[in-house]
Amino acid sequence: MRTLLFILQKEFTQIRRNRMMLPIIFVVPLVQLLILVNAANMEMKHIKICIVDNDLSSSSRLLTGKFSNSKFFTVTGNTFNMEDATRQVENGRAEMILNIPSGFERTLVRENKSNIQMLFNAINGTVAGISNAYASQILAAGNREIISRWYGVTKMQDGAGAINVIPSFWYNPDMNYKIFMVPAILVLLVTIIGMMLAALNIVREKEMGNIEQINVTPIRKIHFIIGKLLPFWIIALVMLAFGLLLGKIIYDIPIVGNLGLLFAVAGIYLLAMQGFGLMVSNSAATQQQAMFAIFFFILIFIMMSGIFTPTDSMPQWAQIINYANPVAYFMRIIRMILLKGSGFSDILRDFIILSCYSIAVITVAVFRYRKVS
Amino acid sequence: MKHFIGFVKKEFHHIFRDRRTLVILFGMPVVQMLLFGYIITTEVKDARIAILDHSNDETTLKIIDKLGSSGYFFITKYLNNEQEIEDCFRKGEVKEVVVFEPDFGKKLHKEKSASVHLIADASDANSANLVVNYTGAIINDFLAKENSSAVLPMQIISEPRMLYNPELKGVYMFVPGTMAMILVLICALLTSVSIVREKELGTMEVLLVSPLKPTQIVFGKVTPYIFLSFVNVITILLLSQFVFGLPVQGSIALLLAESLLFITLALSLGILISSSTSSQQMAMFGSMLGLMLPTILLSGFIFPIDNMPGWIQWICYINPTTYFIIILKNIMLKGLGFMSVWKETACMAGITIFLLVVSIKKFKVRLK
Repeated sequence: MRTLLFILQKEFTQIRRNRMMLPIIFVVPLVQLLILVNAANMEMKHIKICIVDNDLSSSSRLLTGKFSNSKFFTVTGNTFNMEDATRQVENGRAEMILNIPSGFERTLVRENKSNIQMLFNAINGTVAGISNAYASQILAAGNREIISRWYGVTKMQDGAGAINVIPSFWYNPDMNYKIFMVPAILVLLVTIIGMMLAALNIVREKEMGNIEQINVTPIRKIHFIIGKLLPFWIIALVMLAFGLLLGKIIYDIPIVGNLGLLFAVAGIYLLAMQGFGLMVSNSAATQQQAMFAIFFFILIFIMMSGIFTPTDSMPQWAQIINYANPVAYFMRIIRMILLKGSGFSDILRDFIILSCYSIAVITVAVFRYRKVS
Repeated sequence: MKHFIGFVKKEFHHIFRDRRTLVILFGMPVVQMLLFGYIITTEVKDARIAILDHSNDETTLKIIDKLGSSGYFFITKYLNNEQEIEDCFRKGEVKEVVVFEPDFGKKLHKEKSASVHLIADASDANSANLVVNYTGAIINDFLAKENSSAVLPMQIISEPRMLYNPELKGVYMFVPGTMAMILVLICALLTSVSIVREKELGTMEVLLVSPLKPTQIVFGKVTPYIFLSFVNVITILLLSQFVFGLPVQGSIALLLAESLLFITLALSLGILISSSTSSQQMAMFGSMLGLMLPTILLSGFIFPIDNMPGWIQWICYINPTTYFIIILKNIMLKGLGFMSVWKETACMAGITIFLLVVSIKKFKVRLK
């Protein structure tokens, strides 16, 4: 026990003396929270639209007016020929083109229907899909207005009825897109500090040759491992608290659930990630190798965890792989606890799986660690 | 020159001996392409929803059936009362609950109006928005089909056309981003770490007292990485062509030339990082924070720049990766020529020259 305390003291002193540690602990969370949260936004506003109105009738003006008044669209160009408009899309000045052909209104009145062409820059398929949905809504609203202009309001009610679709958004009625990212950033922070720093720290001893000196001392393997992992486990949890505080101050994220439960889950999750870190440091000889291996796995873990995109939309095989992805569990749980106030009974299943997983990983990692080089 | 070639050979040996890193280096682009191509989609597919049907009549059953067979939704649960809604949200079981009011069908036919309530779990606002929009669209579509007998006057029919990517595949936007990311990773991160490593292990002194000039040392360090990153560029292009069916529309020569410019840029960034740090850990964290994060998030790779707040957009336009991604999209996907990208190319060239000058000036010939 005394040995362990001395090792811990040594590790903490080393960490404290490391000039780089302080900025990492305090600046990294701040930068990530400020930039990531603001950048990770799929809310579409000000879609740049170029309008080609060759009709210039009262109906076409009504439609184009609806587009320029919409908060979803910003009209960046008005032109009369499609080549011009296409060039605007090519060089990125517009994201979509609304093409109203000449004779639009006349056809509408005579043949009871008329076509409008909409062209989207679909390189980002999702954005194009959303833009199309918004544009169709605006066109439909414009269409109703045109009909009531020609026939009066009564004509509209002749159909077979209407369904009122009333949406309501629970837990986040203002549709604040930022609160979803804050918990994800906290996961990133905890993972990078808890796993990466710990693993690099062990490999560094190897690379510098210090590990041989430690190996010939009477320090037991378990003491060495605890001495290396525990400080980063504590630092990671401190950073989680610091990050939560920042999130509360900067973005006023709701902290609905029980913080004790959150920290318990974070502690267990960290065990699994540190176990992985330890395994990597077992097989890596240089910091560069360790960093690349960790980077490789963390990237896959994190991208698959649902940090930016819902896991439901992933293909079936990816969802099965996610059962073995500790980040996915933590990502899900932290959002549930913080944003929806889920309690222990709600996360029970995930909690049990994650606990077993963590114990298994850390046991295997410790068992496989060898004190001889 | 002979010294220089010898030095480059030594560096190649270093790299090729480190099998593990090599495997990851070449495995990374492949895995990332597959990851982004198949897994990361922002579209709605099989979103889990629950139904609370107070009406249980023919019309609601038809609508439920339409929702379930649309491919967007997967109906996991039928609820019996309002209390269960909160419960299944807190367990994270569903994204949305569709609530039909009592006598839905009767009201729709007699009073010509009925209500359906879509309750979404908006803790994920992005997907809540999409899910609600899709559900609304499906319900409206159902209504339009029901009403098709009643002829409405003056229908405006919109003809949407998706340019460049008619099937709305996700991979179109990930190929340029992945390419930029891999290049930054290899050129900037690896270079900086490999130079700092010599410092940290003390072998830099040996190099500095050798007859090699400091610039030769630097160029010797970076040459192998130019080669490596070029291999990766070609791997990515082949993958996108043969696995994802995404051919290069524009000129391949121009594409490779632009890549070379970006590689030079990333390398000079790497040299700059290495000359301002003294330990590998510092270089790694510097590159991660200063390079990876902006490359992934502040370049229009995943999230559109137009959506971001103004001050972040400014950071995006200082970030060279933004320009590289625009160039790649224009050449690869839109099939445009040099005239469409000369501005971005000029920006990148300017940044490169600036970084090269600064980093060579900062490279210290003497040890402390």
